[in-house]
Amino acid sequence: MAILFLITAVVILASAMMVVTSRNLVHAALWLVSALFGVAVLYALLNAGFLAVVQVVIYIGAIAILFIFAVMLTRREMRETGPGLNKNWWVSALVSLLVFGGLAFLLSNWSGFSQTSAELPSGFDAVSALGDALISPDAFVLPFEVASVLLVTALVGAVYIAFNRK
Amino acid sequence: MNFWNDPLKVAAVWLEGIFTGWGMDAVLAHVLVVFLGVLLLITILMVLDIFLVWIERKVVARFQDRIGPNRLGPYGLMQPFADIIKLIIKEDTTPDGADKVVYNLAPILSMMSVLILWAIVPLAPVMLGVDLNVGLLYLVAAGAIGTLAIIMAGWSSNNKFALLGAFRQVAAMVSYEIPMVVALLIPTVLAGTMGMLGISEAQQGLWYVFLSPLGALIFLVSAVAELGRSPFDLSEGESEVVAGFHIEYSGMKFGWFYAGELLHAFTFGGFWGILFFGGYHFFGLENLGPLVAAAIVLFKALLGYWVIMWIKYTLMRIRIDHMLAFNWKFLVPLSLVVLMVTALLNTLLRDASTWVMGLSMFLSNALIAWITVEILRGRSRAEREKMEGPAQAALEAVNH
Repeated sequence: MAILFLITAVVILASAMMVVTSRNLVHAALWLVSALFGVAVLYALLNAGFLAVVQVVIYIGAIAILFIFAVMLTRREMRETGPGLNKNWWVSALVSLLVFGGLAFLLSNWSGFSQTSAELPSGFDAVSALGDALISPDAFVLPFEVASVLLVTALVGAVYIAFNRK
Repeated sequence: MNFWNDPLKVAAVWLEGIFTGWGMDAVLAHVLVVFLGVLLLITILMVLDIFLVWIERKVVARFQDRIGPNRLGPYGLMQPFADIIKLIIKEDTTPDGADKVVYNLAPILSMMSVLILWAIVPLAPVMLGVDLNVGLLYLVAAGAIGTLAIIMAGWSSNNKFALLGAFRQVAAMVSYEIPMVVALLIPTVLAGTMGMLGISEAQQGLWYVFLSPLGALIFLVSAVAELGRSPFDLSEGESEVVAGFHIEYSGMKFGWFYAGELLHAFTFGGFWGILFFGGYHFFGLENLGPLVAAAIVLFKALLGYWVIMWIKYTLMRIRIDHMLAFNWKFLVPLSLVVLMVTALLNTLLRDASTWVMGLSMFLSNALIAWITVEILRGRSRAEREKMEGPAQAALEAVNH
């Protein structure tokens, strides 16, 4: 498990690095797909099968495809000219290191940091537990409904903008 | 434990015994046996794929009143092997300015997106790769990888026809994913699980095609669109985009796309059989043993594949705007209505007997189909009057 996690983490970080440094925008989008797929593998390693599959469906099947379409349709020349890094690269590296250090510090103070996760009881159906949580009033029904109203609004807005009035 | 009752388990235990007998670590032996199992499944599928080429050519020949391949071997059975030898020794070309890594990765991803589907196919209660509790979503996720492979192939070929073909195909696939997901929700609602094994088990009494004929039909239509087969084979078009996204591929790389498409059609035929036609259930015949059950599933898959071929060789290609309008204005609303009615009836009739439930489900589907046809008839009458009205008036003006 630890070996798998380390391999996945290295793949995710390397792909994320390639996303921002790649000169070719379509390549950057494909590296993004690789990074997102790595995150799906992490979910699967954490026994969150539903999240892993949804990650692939939504992020690779919809969002990455949309990115690639947008890149292809909006730019004539799909190559960035200038260098991939400018002279401020060390500032951003410093900021990322500080954020990483801060998060690691916060997590190391958390009591659950050094615990190993408890085994799921056999026969535990995570998907139906998630489904119950999403629609039960004392869990997440309000955020769930708010998110669906937001999505419907976005859908109606998109149709309104695209609608061609005669 | 009898070999005929659980062949995979017996073989796995036997192999693991041999490996550990050689002094191998137990965990390593288990991993090796699982790996060999996957290799065996893929090998069987690829060999089956060779014969699918023959089946496809024979069936299309019958539809077109021809004989088909009949020279090489009995009934032309050796023809696909000759085709493969030709594909392998053919020159492997890469177009100028192609993105080499992406170009070579695309056929592999395309084939992979089909092969990984077989991990969740329940051939028998004891013969399946893994019983994922999100099995149906996994089906959709694998389709997403196939979409990615097509856009990669189209873009990296550095050919405008390939790119246009990929755009058209991907636009169709992304839109037809929605009715497909909704149609997949119908067996989920009826069985109460997304796992393929649970859905197969739940159809012991009544197949879901009787409970939801419209759901089965919507799944078939969106599966055909997802496969990019006629009448939805927009990525091809001899006068517009030639062969679509795989125009630049030659030799075995084209072979991957071709074999992937055939196996994909066969696989979706199988899923149609499993989700709506009872899976391995066939009037109690499946109780004879897992091998018989697997044969039943493969038979249903071949039958589904035959239906898909029947559609392909009977209907002609439709225009892209018609295809997208058909999806968004007809299939999506219809599938949502069917899903809502199914979910509602399923909750209301939870305690009713199977026959009451089945009959009311079937009647509700028939009612929805009748209302749909009536609405369509009304629409077409209105359209016709709009078109014929001025023409009629002009005709009368001439006569006077």
